[in-house]
Amino acid sequence: MVSKLISIEEAVDQIRDGIRLMVGGFGGIGTPVSLIDRILQKGMQDLTLIGNDAGFADQGVGRLISHERVKRLLTTHIGSNPDAGRQMMEGKLEVLFYPQGILAEKIRAGGVGLPAILVEPDVGIGPSQQEQLVRYAGKNYVIEPALTADVGIVYAKQADTYGNLIYEKAARNINPLVAMAGKITIAEVEEILPAGELNPEHIVTPGIFVNYIVRTSGGMGEWGFRSISET
Amino acid sequence: MGLQIDQRNMIARRAAREILPGMTVNLGIGIPELVADFLPSEWNVMFHSVNGILGVGPFPVQGEENAHLSNAGGTPVTLHSGASFFDSSIAYGMVRSGRVDVAFLGALQVSQRGDLANWIVPGKRVYGIGGGPELARYAKKVIVLMSHLNERNEPKILRECELPLSAKSCVDMIITERAVMKVTKQGLCLTEVMYPYSLEEVVTKTGAPLMISEYLQMVD
Repeated sequence: MVSKLISIEEAVDQIRDGIRLMVGGFGGIGTPVSLIDRILQKGMQDLTLIGNDAGFADQGVGRLISHERVKRLLTTHIGSNPDAGRQMMEGKLEVLFYPQGILAEKIRAGGVGLPAILVEPDVGIGPSQQEQLVRYAGKNYVIEPALTADVGIVYAKQADTYGNLIYEKAARNINPLVAMAGKITIAEVEEILPAGELNPEHIVTPGIFVNYIVRTSGGMGEWGFRSISET
Repeated sequence: MGLQIDQRNMIARRAAREILPGMTVNLGIGIPELVADFLPSEWNVMFHSVNGILGVGPFPVQGEENAHLSNAGGTPVTLHSGASFFDSSIAYGMVRSGRVDVAFLGALQVSQRGDLANWIVPGKRVYGIGGGPELARYAKKVIVLMSHLNERNEPKILRECELPLSAKSCVDMIITERAVMKVTKQGLCLTEVMYPYSLEEVVTKTGAPLMISEYLQMVD
């Protein structure tokens, strides 16, 4: 079996200016930080970023926003990264907000080959687009289109060389959904084993969804602990 | 906003009394994060966190934090026995399918009909919609925990929310450092006034008409 393990440099060669980039992680935890560092170093810009939140200004996914590499953000929450709110109000960054579970389900739908999901209209209240209504079983629903990406990047605790992934604790979050929704999926992993070494019962993301795996250079550390409670 | 920690804890302690043994409870970001501290662990309340944990336990002692284990607000947590991890789709599947008994949420404003505003102050601060709309819509009971006044000392409980809404007619109960009130079909019903505030200090600092419960308690 050919190993999917490549270098971070090779992996980031898949990422070009202007692509739709989907990123795993929730409030910093479970974010593929080494890939994001490399994307920043290489100077990619005009990205459409899809992810749970805007992270923090100086760490992880938030750095792409703070360094003005993102022109469009599809997300649920930006309160922990003041740069995102400021750029949004200055008109530099287009932000589309979705309720968190709806964003997750739109990404899941994209990953599993469904064109859209149906959402109750009173849940999409406020920021979400409510363009298309449909009547089904006597009730009105909003059609929320599925989301896919040119490249999805995720963080996992363990992988085998086929790309089977196992996550860790709350670092799972939207990673298994993002892993399915990219035309190309790159997984940043802590521990990489030969195929056959992971218990098939424990695998969360089957390797069929994963194109490349890279070894993390770490740096997740305790920064996920910065509470956004005070914001 | 600007509440002292003892006031935040007092709100959380009062909020905990709305929980019964064996319930599944979602704690939002802010004051709600403190609620679990006021419940006996043998009650087996399962705390749900939208970042993919059912069975959130107490905060860890310093030095025992795990880098991959926090609540949705990014605060390190531990696990209760019987806990599980899952992805965000499943996390909200539990909410949407009606399996969460109580959701405690923070708010910027609440209206007399139970409308909730907690995601944006236009032109000033953008927080984001987060999980509020879905928790508000699908939890069996929705309780807002917040300061009674904003940072300009203006009421946050109003006839109509001035800020953009996160969800309509969803809040069942409001607990602040000054008062506890229920949202009824007829409007807001004041049930408790917290020490050291007077009834008048609650009524004048609430921007909506209040019905006074015949069982009104002045809480020490």
